[in-house]
Amino acid sequence: MRSIVCIKRVPDTETRVRIAADGVSLDPSGVKYVLNPYDEIALEEAIRLKEEAGEGSVTALCLGPKEAAEQLRTALAMGADDAVLLAGEPSHDGLVTAKALAAEIEGREFDLLLFGKQAVDDDNMQVPAMVAELLDLPCATVVVGLEVSGRHVTARREVEGGHETVEFDLPGVVAAQKGLNEPRYPSLKGIMSAKRKPLEEKEAAAVESSLELVSLSEPPAPEAGEIVGEGADAVPELVRKLREEAKVL
Amino acid sequence: MSFQGVDYYDVDGMLEPEERAVRDMVRGWVEEEVMPIIQRHYVDKTFPSELIPQMAELGFLGANLPEKYGCAGLNNVAYGIIMQELERGDSGLRSFASVQGALVMYPIHAFGSEEQRETWLPALASGEKIGCFGLTEPDFGSNPGGMLTRAVKDGDEWVLNGAKMWITNGSMADVAVVWAKTGEIDDVGSIRGFIVETDRQGFSARDQKGKLSLLASDTSELVLQDVCVPDSNLLPGSGGLKSPLMCLTQARYGIAWGAVGAAMACFDEAVSYSKNRVQFGGKPIAATQIQQIRLAEMLTEITKAQLLVLRLGRLKDAGTMRPQQVSLAKRNNVNMACECAREARRLLGANGILVEYQAMRHMANLESVYTYEGTHDVHGLILGQDITGHPAY
Repeated sequence: MRSIVCIKRVPDTETRVRIAADGVSLDPSGVKYVLNPYDEIALEEAIRLKEEAGEGSVTALCLGPKEAAEQLRTALAMGADDAVLLAGEPSHDGLVTAKALAAEIEGREFDLLLFGKQAVDDDNMQVPAMVAELLDLPCATVVVGLEVSGRHVTARREVEGGHETVEFDLPGVVAAQKGLNEPRYPSLKGIMSAKRKPLEEKEAAAVESSLELVSLSEPPAPEAGEIVGEGADAVPELVRKLREEAKVL
Repeated sequence: MSFQGVDYYDVDGMLEPEERAVRDMVRGWVEEEVMPIIQRHYVDKTFPSELIPQMAELGFLGANLPEKYGCAGLNNVAYGIIMQELERGDSGLRSFASVQGALVMYPIHAFGSEEQRETWLPALASGEKIGCFGLTEPDFGSNPGGMLTRAVKDGDEWVLNGAKMWITNGSMADVAVVWAKTGEIDDVGSIRGFIVETDRQGFSARDQKGKLSLLASDTSELVLQDVCVPDSNLLPGSGGLKSPLMCLTQARYGIAWGAVGAAMACFDEAVSYSKNRVQFGGKPIAATQIQQIRLAEMLTEITKAQLLVLRLGRLKDAGTMRPQQVSLAKRNNVNMACECAREARRLLGANGILVEYQAMRHMANLESVYTYEGTHDVHGLILGQDITGHPAY
């Protein structure tokens, strides 16, 4: 089983991000970056598939700044065999990212192309499906269960209120959702061996965007809460307010 | 908000990328796997042995020993960082890793035959076997050279007799590295190390009752009554008191790092608590001068201690570290952590005595750490001798 896993460098989910002075980018100072959590799930799945098959390879691919080598090393420490850094700034336009990734992937031989279902920074959820389209491959998104039997794949997807099962033949694209697996911690041996694994760096293909980012804004500050009373006596009033004023019931 | 560590002086900037990767991994593991269960173990007075397989799998055991024996082959800074992060969880967990790695695996690696290394090190690294270290005796703590445990040669075997006290991992161990005199009782030079499987006839371990510190740790007394081991269990490279002291230098090095982790945990908790605890007219106690000075003192001491161990680690990796430098770091950092834990507990007020918070658990643990592996005072005397040339102990 030969897999390619596309990963992204994103701000740590616990980092408090601030909008930079230009109003259209994030202030990078003091921001800790991590491997996108959904991509960890995709990596784990690829590594397990290789381990179960007893043969194959896992390539980690990242479009990002040179510093994203750190996240690729994490992928190598988890168990990827080699890594490719497409040096360039990640775009707010999913199609730009998808075209640059597809240009690199097109010339490669692989069975399964994996992504996290979304990056936790821009939450676009576009790239996996776009790359699949550009490469003319079947695509299953929001995948919580995966079975590979020979060249045949059965993927279980999360859909509103339930699950959907789809089947396709390799090669294909899978975008991983939480629940597909529990990603491993990179072991100390893994971290040490990651230093010795190949990490190729090349320029990302130049792609024009037709989407303009106009502005970023902070979410509104939460309004102060209200204490309607104490104990059981307060319940009717609380229910009335939730129904009539907050309109959440 | 998960634990972010303390880094006021960009100490991170002095770490190699893989050292940071090790730190992030161990920190994440402690957050996910240790923090949710450690309070319960502390109250129940049990060691969290369910963590051993994961610790082994991830490579925490003997992490700075060579890969050819199944170890991770880390440098000493990365090894220290592991100890720091483990002790941020609990001193008992770090003690377990210190004993397995620095006091059992290290002597087998340093003084053992190739056959002994190949037999024991992979099994100890994988957690398949747990080890303990028998040096201290009921009447010989700071003065281990006075030990009464004897090993007498009888044909192809050695017969061991004696008692060892304050033995971390003692009751759960599969193997003990036991130090005994092979000559006359006043012949300190005759001390040798022995690998003693704990299922041998005459070997017994008894849990130390009545502890008020290191409650999530196995502390035991060992009794050896006519325990026979083959000559092949003698550590051939060991000789004299210097051998066990070399092991202690390894363990103390890790403790100097570990103490920083415990102090960071207390500081982190104190900062968070002070911002949320509101008194006297709607202001958080973080806005008061007394708590700000408390926090400033803690941050200052933690930062100094961090720089101390990082430099010590670089010296160790360069092969130029002296045991006296380890004494300085162990003495300073553990004392520093004791103070931080006590101040954090006080800042937390009445809540500070609860097990739901970390400060008092660390405070109680650190009293043991202050005393074991060379007491604070003995390390002071080691430094005193190094400065003046006069031994005073």
